[in-house]
Amino acid sequence: MDTLVSQVLSGLASGSIYASLAFALVMIHQATHQINLAQGEMAMFTTYIAWSLLAAGLPYWLAFSLTVLIAFAGGVVIERVVIRPMGRAPLLSMVVVFIALFVMLNSLAGWIFTYEVKSFPSPFPDEIVPGNTYVSGHEVGAIGVTLAMLLVLYVFFRHTSLGLAMRASAENPVSSRLVGIRVEWMRALGWGLAAAIGAVAGMMIAPIVFLDPNMMIGVLLYAFAAALLGGIDNPWGAALGGLILGVIENLAGAYVVGTQMKQSVALMVIVLVLIARPSGLFGKARASRV
Amino acid sequence: MQALLSANELCAYYDLRPVLNRLCFSVPEGGIVALLGANGAGKTTVLRAISGMIRAKGAIIFAGTHITAKKTEDIARGGIAHVPDGRGTFNGFTVEENLRLGALIRDDDGIADDLERVYDYFPKLYERRRQQAGTLSGGEQQMLAIARALMARPRLLLLDEPSFGLAPLVVQDLFRILRRINEEDGISMLLVEQNVSLALDLAEHFYLLETGNFVLQGSSDDLRSADVVRRSYLGY
Repeated sequence: MDTLVSQVLSGLASGSIYASLAFALVMIHQATHQINLAQGEMAMFTTYIAWSLLAAGLPYWLAFSLTVLIAFAGGVVIERVVIRPMGRAPLLSMVVVFIALFVMLNSLAGWIFTYEVKSFPSPFPDEIVPGNTYVSGHEVGAIGVTLAMLLVLYVFFRHTSLGLAMRASAENPVSSRLVGIRVEWMRALGWGLAAAIGAVAGMMIAPIVFLDPNMMIGVLLYAFAAALLGGIDNPWGAALGGLILGVIENLAGAYVVGTQMKQSVALMVIVLVLIARPSGLFGKARASRV
Repeated sequence: MQALLSANELCAYYDLRPVLNRLCFSVPEGGIVALLGANGAGKTTVLRAISGMIRAKGAIIFAGTHITAKKTEDIARGGIAHVPDGRGTFNGFTVEENLRLGALIRDDDGIADDLERVYDYFPKLYERRRQQAGTLSGGEQQMLAIARALMARPRLLLLDEPSFGLAPLVVQDLFRILRRINEEDGISMLLVEQNVSLALDLAEHFYLLETGNFVLQGSSDDLRSADVVRRSYLGY
């Protein structure tokens, strides 16, 4: 029983990382109908920035906050400099741009910080749960940080004018302009937010998987699966999908397929969801005129 | 009367194809002007050109400033509220969120009062204020679109076929409220309509558009009494 509880908790810990990235992916997708393939690499790169700040001697939470701010600014800049000039480019061109962004960030990180695997500190004590050796304090802390972040995002999107404007721009850009909303800036802001969320996810996963330029590739795969599971048009569903996927993955790894096969669980989930419920658990089925 | 909005030699294009041919028109301060014409004459295009939603050439002057090259959002912030065809409500949002979106560009503290005011114009919206806009009837959505436009406290309202798809009784009600809005709030209106008799009842002045050109203009009373013109152009 005790092991089951800790397996679920562990699953929630990695699930909360998937949840953050899935949330960021779906937020961008809602606003622009683009899937940011570089979302994970942006998170990885900002985690390296956090690592540099820590190496320079800054206290953890100061480095954490600075990194989130830098990530936000970086997201805004990428949107304005790289994404917006593409305008209404065809889907394939956009995919190529995203792949380019992915490769650029990946090799830039390797070039600046080397491919050597680095350890990344956790702000949480090693053991929080007394007598439970399966769940680390960091895992519990990561769940807490993610839930707090999602709560802040919820309040922002539901109860502030800016959040309302961002949601409106995503749903109906034409009408948004007619009520005076600067839709282009809302998109840039969305990219900033997505990058900041990714930075938090990166700093939370790095102590578990260690820091290297390829650390987010597997995570991004899970985030895609989570977004599909929860619904590609519903960020909250996607976040929930991430948590569910983390638990499924961990339980399957512990009791069914073993840790070697754990990763393919994500891919199986993608395939099963696409077959059974293409709009996801919490997504809306959409009819289109032909 | 001084013109609030005036257009001089306005041309507009879809891709490279011209759809408006050097139109000159004006809307007086506090007045209501109707833009009449058949389907495809270019009525909606005129409104879109004013709002900067399509490429336009010529001069559009609103309250003393050139707005021809401005962005849609800046034109909206400048005091022109556009109720587009198809109503353009935010269907995934509640009625009250739609109204708050209308007032988003304002930072004065009269928003709560204005909310009461539009609920007074449209009591149905107050009943449905927690409901999603997508679940409203066509008439209610049109009311919501107009109410949302009013929340911006505009000086000029662009109305694109507000009667479209609504039951006759609902339309009568709606036009009565538009008259009240014009009289009580002093908001000027440029009205695109296919329902000619209705439009002439509301507007003092009209322009008749045919494939991108004005073929007739004048006061509404003139048009009503000009039998020949009325029969040949307006078919009633």
